[in-house]
Amino acid sequence: MEWDWAFVAEITPTLLQGLKLTLFITLLSAIVAAVLGLVLAIARRSQNLLIARPVGAFAEFIRGTPLLVQLYFIFYVLPDIGIVLSPLVAGVIGMGLHYATYTAEVYRAGIENVPKGQWEAARATNLTIPQTWQHVIIPQAVPPMIPALANYLIAMFKETPLLSAITVLELMNQAKSVANSSYRYIEPMTLVGVFFLATSLVSVVMLRALEHRYGRLGK
Amino acid sequence: MADPIIRIEKLDKSFGTLKVLDGLSFEVKPGEKLALIGPSGSGKTTILRILMTLETITAGRIEVCGEPLYHIQRGGREVPADEAHLHHMRRHIGMVFQHFNLFPHKSVLENITLAPMLTKAEPRAKAEARAMELLDMVGLADKAKSMPSQLSGGQKQRAAIARALALQPRIMLFDEVTSALDPELVEEVLLVMKRLAAETDMTMLLVTHEMGFAHEFADRVLFFDKGCIVEEGPPDRIFTNPTQERTQTFLRKIIAAGHRV
Repeated sequence: MEWDWAFVAEITPTLLQGLKLTLFITLLSAIVAAVLGLVLAIARRSQNLLIARPVGAFAEFIRGTPLLVQLYFIFYVLPDIGIVLSPLVAGVIGMGLHYATYTAEVYRAGIENVPKGQWEAARATNLTIPQTWQHVIIPQAVPPMIPALANYLIAMFKETPLLSAITVLELMNQAKSVANSSYRYIEPMTLVGVFFLATSLVSVVMLRALEHRYGRLGK
Repeated sequence: MADPIIRIEKLDKSFGTLKVLDGLSFEVKPGEKLALIGPSGSGKTTILRILMTLETITAGRIEVCGEPLYHIQRGGREVPADEAHLHHMRRHIGMVFQHFNLFPHKSVLENITLAPMLTKAEPRAKAEARAMELLDMVGLADKAKSMPSQLSGGQKQRAAIARALALQPRIMLFDEVTSALDPELVEEVLLVMKRLAAETDMTMLLVTHEMGFAHEFADRVLFFDKGCIVEEGPPDRIFTNPTQERTQTFLRKIIAAGHRV
């Protein structure tokens, strides 16, 4: 088996298409995970146990089962009850939901780190509970958690190949289809590795910068 | 005589099995400056926290500005108040905390303007103009743009006083506001409070271990022990001629610890 640069040149545009979709999905899923995670974290803190308990149980359930199984469920099982989603939407929901249960834990730790006195000062200045969250608690809780959240973003990016199982044409799936039709695996799979590594390295550098910027904040 | 601005009737408060307030009743007249003194654990801070609605009550009744604080009328009878009622009642009350509790992510000015802009929909310009007046009053006009972390303890506490005043409450609660300060910073905070007491007709409740300041500041002193009022009266009498043995013992201990009365 020899390395074939001509073949590399030929398949690179297709794989870059896949990479673009991978990045796009990662971004969308990250937004879902970031927002939904915050909702989960706040709901789990609710005084109302009828909200807190079921949300907690749901989060434990999602975290305790594999993402791949969840993706299959969303894409192949939900149509049985009439919910038909495109591969992309199913993938974003699956990844976003799965990682939301992780980001929720990050949020929870961050929120618990905000001193009780801040809640009391907000109450004493007569802010409503939503105003307290928006103007007092979240602005203090979020910056210290940014490095941890960014870590999950990178982890999520590296999990996108799972989406090939539900026919999303992300990077890994593009590489597989190229390989399957040409019977050459070495170039496409190597390129997949290189693309992932390159993107991860860039992300890690950005993560270090974030840690530097926010890691010490809030002290 | 004016109606009381605060009326507390048979107030009980327990934390689990621990009874902190036991059938407490007292009234405060509008404009009165009240000092609450007593050993730690006597329940005096809990009263302020209950008035600020930071704690719930176990039993009893409180009226603030003529309205029940923890009860509302529903279907012709009194039921426990909901959050909307507490929000409505908190307009009347402001509080300054032992540990300042400034918002660390906001500048001194923003700390003061945040609540008026959010809870009273004051336009920014108006809120800022008032905030600057208040900062000027507490001697911090040059610190408006500073972050709380850049202030000394005494400056933080003065900023916190300005923040509470910005909402123009009728009742101000001061909870051991100098206890967390280095001794040399206590005086600047007490000076601000003295001016405040002299220049406004706000009702003020002060929990303190600074007996000298309580003596100067208060119209009336309540001495607490074990969740009850043991003795009350004008400061001159309480501090120089207490009738109850527990008050005498407490004041002796305070003097022995080097505090001036």
